[in-house]
Amino acid sequence: MPRKLLLEHDKVEGIRHIDTYMKHGGYRSVEKALKKMTPEEVVEEVKKSGLRGRGGAGFPTGMKWSFLAKPEGVPRYLVCNADESEPGTFKDRYLMEYLPHLLIEGMITSSYALGAKVSYIYIRGEYRWIYEILETAIEEARAKGFIGKNILGSGFDFELYMQPGGGAYICGEETALLESLEGKRGNPRMKPPFPAVKGLWGCPTVVNNVETIAAVVPIVNDGGDEYAKIGIGKSTGTKLISACGNIKTPGVFELEMGLPVEEFLNSDEYCGGVAHGKRLKAVVPGGSSVPIVPAGLFYKNIKGEDRLMTYESLADGGFASGTMMGSGGFIVYDEDQCIVRNTWNFTRFYNHESCGQCSPCREGTGWMLKVLDKIEHGKGATMEDIDLLWDIQRRIEGNTICPLGDAAAWPVAAAIRHFREEFEWHVKNPQLAQTKSYGLVGETKYETASA
Amino acid sequence: MHSTKPSHSKAAVVFTPEMMAQVEHFTKQYPAGKQKSAIIPLLHIVQKKYGWVSVEAQDKVAELLQLQPIEVYEVATFYTMFHLHPVGQYVLEVCRTGPCMIVGAEDICKYLENKLGIKEGEITADGLFTWRTVECLGACGYAPMMQVGDNFHEYLTPEKMDKLIGDWRNK
Repeated sequence: MPRKLLLEHDKVEGIRHIDTYMKHGGYRSVEKALKKMTPEEVVEEVKKSGLRGRGGAGFPTGMKWSFLAKPEGVPRYLVCNADESEPGTFKDRYLMEYLPHLLIEGMITSSYALGAKVSYIYIRGEYRWIYEILETAIEEARAKGFIGKNILGSGFDFELYMQPGGGAYICGEETALLESLEGKRGNPRMKPPFPAVKGLWGCPTVVNNVETIAAVVPIVNDGGDEYAKIGIGKSTGTKLISACGNIKTPGVFELEMGLPVEEFLNSDEYCGGVAHGKRLKAVVPGGSSVPIVPAGLFYKNIKGEDRLMTYESLADGGFASGTMMGSGGFIVYDEDQCIVRNTWNFTRFYNHESCGQCSPCREGTGWMLKVLDKIEHGKGATMEDIDLLWDIQRRIEGNTICPLGDAAAWPVAAAIRHFREEFEWHVKNPQLAQTKSYGLVGETKYETASA
Repeated sequence: MHSTKPSHSKAAVVFTPEMMAQVEHFTKQYPAGKQKSAIIPLLHIVQKKYGWVSVEAQDKVAELLQLQPIEVYEVATFYTMFHLHPVGQYVLEVCRTGPCMIVGAEDICKYLENKLGIKEGEITADGLFTWRTVECLGACGYAPMMQVGDNFHEYLTPEKMDKLIGDWRNK
């Protein structure tokens, strides 16, 4: 059986309540950290674990923590990024909904390690019912003495607050999140200074994803070395993957890093394979921002080796033939799905969610949407429009303050790179493309007008 | 489609004692002088009561937090959860993003348009319903889906929509 470090008890009746949660070993990491460890020792265990940020960027958490500035007399903050809004991603929601105390416990232990006396959970406004679940959990933790003054006699004072967002994808970017938490529009900040030096209200701040903070609990309980035994190379521990699209059993799964992607997609323990007996066309394995890959490049890398669920293996081949683990938002497309339509849809998303601060993103996403609209809806697009689309995405990538620009460019680039003939088919057959889908690459089911 | 033109409320905007208790809950959780952080929570509180956020409601939030009105306007117009114009009593927000689209979100929208007899963003004659599309709500595995008030309704089918709408009409 694969090991579960986060979702071990997700199905236990009453696990949302602190008594049941504690009966199953809950809050041990708080006891251990506050009574037997110094904050530095906790940071050291997280470094040893090899844990990498689970929000999408995959930056080593221990290193991020060690960058936190500690000037005398200035408060420090830990902010939990629960603004989950990357299309395809719903893993944090699951964790918070079923195991709210795991997040609260992780927040207390992590705040102790960072010397944060006040911390916030910034949760997307749409997750209203989860907000209530977490508030109740915080009250229960306070009643047990895990939050408040002099926790467990350790001298550590700690307060934990909830903050709702207002509906903006961009607030999942950590500096936009901090702006939003300060009561402003979610416009990302220029870095440097990094939040570790100047974050919330100008104070040193660490922003971590929900799953990252939850993973600190098993790391402190069992030790960083034990955590690092799971996985391959620099992809250690377990990862939550939210799987959706055209699969038999969509849902949230915890897997050990290193699981072959073939097994994840096709075994009944996970996705159960492509639904309705159809064939696989493409996969977006890490949320809408990461490059889409056709079935062939998904199962095996360019060298013919099996791809694994690790940061490195999914990225193998770079953007030419690989993709990214991203947020773990795993979207599966069957043979009947239209790549052009999906690209148009994602571009509409990024255009809608661009904060408007940087012109390459603000204008570029709009231009891409116009071109894609022409191609997708048969409005007289030409072959040059495909090149124009390529040109626009290239000019957005790398030219914006935050990664939303890249996130908007990559799906377009990958779609053209791997599915160019499907775009060309749309241009050549504007009417047919309104009623039929192109099918699998190299296997067009419909007669194509001569070029 | 998301018009940011200001819209005014005919009735006075009043914060009840219950709402004021919630306001205090938030303003207490930030350091002194940082009450601006409470703008989004307060906009949620006022929208919950009135269904939308009028200019008067935004002015009231500014007054309660001792901020300039513009500080509230620029936040209210940035975040898509806030309705800046009157809406129906039930706002049906259907997710339109990729993972929902590939399993039938567009059919759900068409069904709603026919069933309610209104276009996206409009209000039914009885004042009960508005529907609109929104971007990813984090329910991709349980698609198609919509949010109505504080709740998510997932695995939507025409039969399920009929039942939900029927229940709201009979309430």
